Amino acid sequence: MKKTFAVGIGGAAGQGVATPGDIFAKIFSRRGLHLNAYNAYQSIIRGGHTFLTIRTGPEKVTNMGDRLDLLIPLNQDAMDRHLGLLKDGAACLYNADTIKPGIAAEGVELCPLPVSELADITRNKVAQNTLAVGAGLSMMGIGFQILEEVLTEQFKKKGEAVVSENVSIARAGYDYATANFKPFAWPLPMTGKRYAVLSGNIAMAMGGAAAGVKFYCAYPMSPSTGVLHWMAAHARKAGIMVRQVEDEIGVVNMAIGAAHAGVRSMCATSGGGFALMSEGLGLSAMMETPVVVIDCQRAGPSTGVPTKTEQGDLWQMLGAAFGDYPRALAAPLDIGDCFKIIPEIFNIADRFQCPGIVLCDLLLSEGRLSVDPEDLDFAPVIDRGELITEASSSGANGDGAYKRYKITESGVSPRAIPGVLGHTHTAASDEHDEDGVLISDEFTNPTKRRAMMEKRMRKVAGIEAAVPPPQLWGPRDADITLIGWGSTKGVIEEACEILVEQGISANQLQIRWLVPLHGEAILDILKGARHTIIVENNYSGQFARYLRSETSFVPDGYIRKYDGEPFMPHHIVEAVKEQLSGKSKLSVPAHEILV
Amino acid sequence: MATALADTNHVALADLKGKVDPDWCPGCGDFGVLAAVQKALVDLQIPNHNVVTISGIGCSSNFPGFINTYGMHTLHGRALAVATGVKLANHDLTVLVTGGDGDGFGIGGNHFVHSMRRNVDVLYIVMDNQIYGLTTGQTSPTSRVGMKTKSMPFGNVEAPVNPISLALAAGATFVARGFSAEQKHLTELIKQGIRHKGFSFLDVFSPCVTYNHDNTYQWFRPRIKKLEDDATYDPADWMAAMGKSLLWGEEIPIGKFFERTDVPALQDAEPVLNAGPLIHADPRIPADVSRGFVEELM
Repeated sequence: MKKTFAVGIGGAAGQGVATPGDIFAKIFSRRGLHLNAYNAYQSIIRGGHTFLTIRTGPEKVTNMGDRLDLLIPLNQDAMDRHLGLLKDGAACLYNADTIKPGIAAEGVELCPLPVSELADITRNKVAQNTLAVGAGLSMMGIGFQILEEVLTEQFKKKGEAVVSENVSIARAGYDYATANFKPFAWPLPMTGKRYAVLSGNIAMAMGGAAAGVKFYCAYPMSPSTGVLHWMAAHARKAGIMVRQVEDEIGVVNMAIGAAHAGVRSMCATSGGGFALMSEGLGLSAMMETPVVVIDCQRAGPSTGVPTKTEQGDLWQMLGAAFGDYPRALAAPLDIGDCFKIIPEIFNIADRFQCPGIVLCDLLLSEGRLSVDPEDLDFAPVIDRGELITEASSSGANGDGAYKRYKITESGVSPRAIPGVLGHTHTAASDEHDEDGVLISDEFTNPTKRRAMMEKRMRKVAGIEAAVPPPQLWGPRDADITLIGWGSTKGVIEEACEILVEQGISANQLQIRWLVPLHGEAILDILKGARHTIIVENNYSGQFARYLRSETSFVPDGYIRKYDGEPFMPHHIVEAVKEQLSGKSKLSVPAHEILV
Repeated sequence: MATALADTNHVALADLKGKVDPDWCPGCGDFGVLAAVQKALVDLQIPNHNVVTISGIGCSSNFPGFINTYGMHTLHGRALAVATGVKLANHDLTVLVTGGDGDGFGIGGNHFVHSMRRNVDVLYIVMDNQIYGLTTGQTSPTSRVGMKTKSMPFGNVEAPVNPISLALAAGATFVARGFSAEQKHLTELIKQGIRHKGFSFLDVFSPCVTYNHDNTYQWFRPRIKKLEDDATYDPADWMAAMGKSLLWGEEIPIGKFFERTDVPALQDAEPVLNAGPLIHADPRIPADVSRGFVEELM
């Protein structure tokens, strides 16, 4: 089993959970360690409870894992909630002045910090956090120098005095721990690598910039707002027009307007905002104007649990907007993939002049992952498809040769952007003929309607050919095949590794492209499987139902979770064992962390 | 809104004739608006390929199909949102937005208000007939109290929207009202609206001869008074414009209520557009810039 080390920091919102988290993340990544961070929080700006887990190690860390090695509770509530999670070899660092420990398990080291002795708490309200960071790093076997560097960067805008104050507090914590606490059995290693640490939202925003997005607009909605924040902060450097719009209806229509004028255009929202955008997706499809919409799923329905994760929007994506139309729908598999998927789906949307939907979720949007900077490729293939941006001799003004919706074998008609001489036409949300003339009012014409429907729907075959089918990971022949989609890739992968260690061979089929699904390829993969289980983060098994509707495939069992929190590897491992023993076909693991 | 540079080729009325003839009812006020827009584009010599006419849904929203420019016939109420995207992606284009009172003040009310405060550089022409026509005669946001329609058969009890006051309050930088039977006057207002750099709002009385039997040509004619005929009226005076906007009944003002030129249009307020329209921008971000984006995360 791969070696990892996880730190949990809990406290009230506003108590400064994020800063020690950022410092740990930076130090781990600069030591060449991979990391995965997940913050469980509430929709409260001050107060409540937030719990940040950062897991690190020399190999890829794909999820929050099952074990906490170091707990830093910033208040009594966090201590009471989480001390029970610690097992043999773990430690808990806490402010001895204000927090009373409960009863810890055998082999857990309780590490009280005499905060008021070590720092002037009247001057520095977050001294306990800084002391704990210093103490924690000492116990992890990390030298002080890197912490001094990171603190200097962190506070340099606030001036020399603030830097030196923080460095000296951190030093006091570091030295106190060296003298008083037992170091962890596994000192954190160093590798020669350096990683970028980013959230899925930042990854999708940067992926957009790499794809050549020149127009981005949004209405704030958790957990998608991080995309807007990155875009807004980097708009001028990246040459991207970024707008905050009055509502999501305005967002999608504005994005379509910009796309129609000829630029790559993107927007992001969550389930509620996406519901408002739905009619606009139909407009994109009918006008054949490509637009990319990101849906960062959160627990629904309605306002739901705004700060919690779920994979509950799949059927909304599949059914968004009335009528039949071609669409592309992809779910990124991890935070690195959040970057890569954007240029890919833009190429599909542009080539086939249809809406592209990226189905992300809070787990990826707001989680953070270490990514090799080489994987953040700002020069991906950009394929704008059949786009006419300047007049050619064949389309001279007034000769009437250009037909925007020309019936073609591929279903794709060359798209002229406004401003090109000799290509004036109307793009209509009403059904229209090849020339863009409406056929839905007094010109209603069943023959033309049928021809246009078939033209647009022919693009479906093209999209299918342009998107690779999914592949099986792991040995072809295995006791168990776990099927997942999107963000569960990492946790299922780790569950498979644990199962193998426990003598149960396992493989994984993770779906990235939901439309087109490649049902035949999936059936081909699954036909030899011994025991299949679909794992997803929703109540009704939305993907299982979709897979059955497309392929008639019915798995042997299901593992589902809909409490707002992501899967942990042991949830899946235990459920698989339960199902292999024949006890159940549907497992709903309980989330043991009280967040 | 600002004009695009005139092409050297002469722009003639025939160039602007749509692929099909309007399917509006004979006598519909919208014919007059279409003619005035075409005349204004000829007068201003704006080549049709540099014009995008964008509408929502409704009788008057069929407008883009009846004029030979680039056109977009979008969703009900969403024309202004789409138009904002078009203009920001390519601000060299002349963007005309056309629609009705239900489309603009009802379902599209939110975009109407926000487009005005944004001062996006488009000309928005509302063919205001105070009724829903294409759905065969229901009360609209500008229907007067007491008006009987299929949806309010015993008479409307809700106060109407005042589009002129609303536009002034929302920060429109050009606010005018025309009457489709006053062709020369209307054409002049359209030309001014196109020339104005910023959001131009033009509410046009465009009578519905089929469903609105209250607010007819005959009803309007004796009531309308041109603001331009009053030499003392100053369209730079916002308070005076607000006062005039409240007049309804025996005297209904038409003409330019208000114009200010000191507020930058949205495209001029955004440094991202300084280098020219986005559609001409290199899709690739310079390598040193993208490297900087990644460095921030390390």
